Amino acid sequence: MSAKPEIHDDQVTVEIDGVAYRARKGEMIIRVADAAGVVIPRFCYHPKLPVAANCRMCLVEVERAPKPLPACATPVTDGMKVFTRSPRAIAAQKAVMEFLLINHPLDCPICDQGGECELQDLSLGFGSSVSRFAEKKRVVADHDLGPLIATDMTRCIHCTRCIRFLEVIAGQKELGGIGRGEHMRIDTYVERAIGSEMSGNVIDVCPVGALTSKPFRFTARAWELREYAAVAPHDSMGSHIALHTRGGRVMRVVPREEESINEVWISDRDRYSYQGLYAADRLTAPMVRRGDRLEPVEWDVALEAVADGLRRAVTEGGPDAIGVLVSPTATLEELYLLNRLVRGLGSSNIDHRLRQTDFRNQEQAPAFPSLGLPIEALERVDAALLVGSNVRHEQPIAAHRLRKAALAGAKVLFVNPLDFEFHFPVAERIVADPAGMVRAVAGIAKALGAGGAGDTPAARDFLKEIRPAPAERAIAQALREGERASVLLGALAAAHPDYSLLRALAMRIAAAAGATFGELPEAANSAGAWIAGAVPHRDAGAVPVLPAGRDARAMIESPPQALVLFNVEPEFDCHDAAAARRAAHASAFTVVMGSYGSEAAREYADVLLPVAAFAETSGTFVNAEGRWQGFRGAATPPGEARPGWKVLRVLGNLLGLPGFDYADSAQVCDELRAKAGGLTAEWRGEPGDIDIVESARVTGLFRIGEAPIYRTDPLVRRASALQKTELARDAVCRIAPKEAARLGLADAARVEVMQGEAHAVLPLVVDERVPEGCAWIPAATPGSAALGPSIGPVSLRVAP
Amino acid sequence: MTQSEQTATGGRAAALTPASRKAIDLWVAKYPREQRQSAVLSALTIAQEQNGGWLTTELMDAVADYLGMPRVSVYEVASFYSMLDTRPVGRHKVSICNNISCMLCGGDEIIRYVERKLGIRLGDTTPDGRITLKVEEECLAACAGAPMMTVDGHYHEHLTPEKVDAILDALE
Ligand code: SF4
Ligand code: FES
Ligand code: FES
Repeated sequence: MSAKPEIHDDQVTVEIDGVAYRARKGEMIIRVADAAGVVIPRFCYHPKLPVAANCRMCLVEVERAPKPLPACATPVTDGMKVFTRSPRAIAAQKAVMEFLLINHPLDCPICDQGGECELQDLSLGFGSSVSRFAEKKRVVADHDLGPLIATDMTRCIHCTRCIRFLEVIAGQKELGGIGRGEHMRIDTYVERAIGSEMSGNVIDVCPVGALTSKPFRFTARAWELREYAAVAPHDSMGSHIALHTRGGRVMRVVPREEESINEVWISDRDRYSYQGLYAADRLTAPMVRRGDRLEPVEWDVALEAVADGLRRAVTEGGPDAIGVLVSPTATLEELYLLNRLVRGLGSSNIDHRLRQTDFRNQEQAPAFPSLGLPIEALERVDAALLVGSNVRHEQPIAAHRLRKAALAGAKVLFVNPLDFEFHFPVAERIVADPAGMVRAVAGIAKALGAGGAGDTPAARDFLKEIRPAPAERAIAQALREGERASVLLGALAAAHPDYSLLRALAMRIAAAAGATFGELPEAANSAGAWIAGAVPHRDAGAVPVLPAGRDARAMIESPPQALVLFNVEPEFDCHDAAAARRAAHASAFTVVMGSYGSEAAREYADVLLPVAAFAETSGTFVNAEGRWQGFRGAATPPGEARPGWKVLRVLGNLLGLPGFDYADSAQVCDELRAKAGGLTAEWRGEPGDIDIVESARVTGLFRIGEAPIYRTDPLVRRASALQKTELARDAVCRIAPKEAARLGLADAARVEVMQGEAHAVLPLVVDERVPEGCAWIPAATPGSAALGPSIGPVSLRVAP
Repeated sequence: MTQSEQTATGGRAAALTPASRKAIDLWVAKYPREQRQSAVLSALTIAQEQNGGWLTTELMDAVADYLGMPRVSVYEVASFYSMLDTRPVGRHKVSICNNISCMLCGGDEIIRYVERKLGIRLGDTTPDGRITLKVEEECLAACAGAPMMTVDGHYHEHLTPEKVDAILDALE
């Protein structure tokens, strides 16, 4: 056979402004031009949104076409000749510009978008310098779109990018074109806030100053800002963001394009959380307890006090008398140095898994939790089972990718303790209490053949009695039929009292169905925390430590004599809020290293060390794919606050630990990289190694609760605009209608919630999304800060 | 599509009477199953009739929930078409064409005459609730009979002040 030249019959040749380009047949002219770097003006076109072709700014001349054609909606054909700067094209563009400016105010100096406005730029490039329009301009009344987005609808040019973004990307069509012709306006119609967790992106897509950021508005001009590349500090996607600063202060956050992670979007949490940097309770000076008062002191005094306290604890109680709880949003460098400090003092009591309760089988865990596939690949799965995940709020970017997959026909399947709402079609969902979740996952595993002759005795024994229900069989089948199937555990699985069991079963499901297995690591640096050795059973680089130190739960249940909290607020960040707060009080010497000194912290802290927050320190995060992403400090820490790695360096030296002489944070990172750079997220044991012991056999009512999207960490909890949104409302207790009837609470407006000693009074909402046997009470909220385990036994009675 | 909105309020479809629903179902049946929302115009017209000639937000929501479409999409449709009203109306709707052919044949004077006669402006309703003068009526496709108007959907052509008097005075 003779070799044939490869023929791409979907390729065509087009000529733009006299230069020939190869392009895919049917591609729009504007895409070909963009790829070639030929500038065509546009307003309504956006590469990530469906074509609307309503602004006409992109008119170009096409040979043999009787009139100018919109480049965004004209597909290329072979031999097509396009002219973007011919007299006809320029005349058309100029005319459109004149029309657009008829109703647009010409008051750029008082517009927040001035200086970064597409209309301003394009009118400079394509418009005329004098307006011939002397008539009255249209004025549009503004409506309140909530605390995040400011409007100036008179400036709107009706490009509909915002409508299309909310409908197509955010999956929640909340804005529409209301009215007709001259009277058309972009509006919600019924005045209400935009509720999407991705809503802020409409600010970026709006080409004019119609939609702007409410917190940022009128505080700075685009040209006064310095831009620093950074990595988003909340979920584990590692979205690329840019910090815009002025005078050392973060003025706003915008997305940076990174096709393989966040494309061009970011979640509202990543966009607006910077406000938390300027909260009233920022720690600005080191403080030491003298009697029952905290007094501001010099750094050296405070650091000596910490070194003394730690040394004393070790002398009096041995190395086990110290412990560290660290936030999974800390940088890799901070985590690694904390790990070195603790281990240097002979202890292994360090943990970042603050919301986890089941640590069985942690030895088999991979070097770090990971998705098991690239973020980008999430949009190409054809079946995905998520266990215990409100993915939309946990990882909005992952949810966006899954949404794309679901809209393309993928079967997205859930086993959840609450019937969460998703912005994509869900093929099958099982909603059950924690024990029911285990049974459901077991049923799916069984339907796929787990527990057979080849399985471990414990698994065979456990699965013997399981009879898969129809929904479980349907899920099993969807996964088996999927060619690119994936099984993922979310935050509610990680916090489940039978996490290890869910994981063992989920891994069996993945193996039997030929699916990838992964987790949605909770926070920006959950993966990094494992790598840096901020777990009691492994040193940096995932080197096993024997015997293992105490895990987060053990440290909370029996607090060490000296407890270090690194950016942790026990009453919000831990699985058992009440116990964690008690532990912070109970330990004889409590060190709070962090950015904030809340009232609670001032009660239990013996020393407070002000540490630079996100944006103020250099560092590295490892995302859910295992990608190491470094960033520089962009803003000035307030007062005496210093970057965490520097504080820990000095502390290491004060404690006489060797090798704490780092010149910069990069050196810390390099040292860790040498130990851990090659780590992969492979499992350390076969799922078959895992013992199956069921502990979630529940009697009575079970509390379930997640940390709501804007309550997950100290920074976002202080982001004032986000805290005003619907998604940040304080805790209520939700139970199923039948449960309410059974408990005699059908008419109760408020209930007393009791978990052992802990109790709180909360509003009661009857909600059919909650499974029977459960009370849905979110964690990490002021209303639930006094309560016990966020997933655990609870009882309710009518509030007195 | 916006499940969240719908489940959050438990769905408002109940605001449609059984008779309205039956009438809407006839329209729904004319379109492919996955294109229920094609029936939105008919559904809004039916809902409007149920409510004496205008659509409350509740009724628009009801149509959205019944057809399974985002509520704001229904607001878009309802606010676009001039035969759908989103504010209270009188017992009779009078639409005087103000498009080009009618304008050339004196439609403007007819509008002014009627405004003076009824003592209200376009877009308003007489205080006794008898007549709503609809705002800015586009070409109603009877240019040959310009100037023209519709009264409750019935066409009246070649209007003169006398003719208008007779027609409007006869309205209850
Ligand atoms: S508000 Fe902005 S994005 Fe929305 S239609 Fe108007 S100009 Fe376009
Ligand atoms: S960009 Fe092509 S018509 Fe708007
Ligand atoms: S212009 Fe009035 S009916 Fe056509």
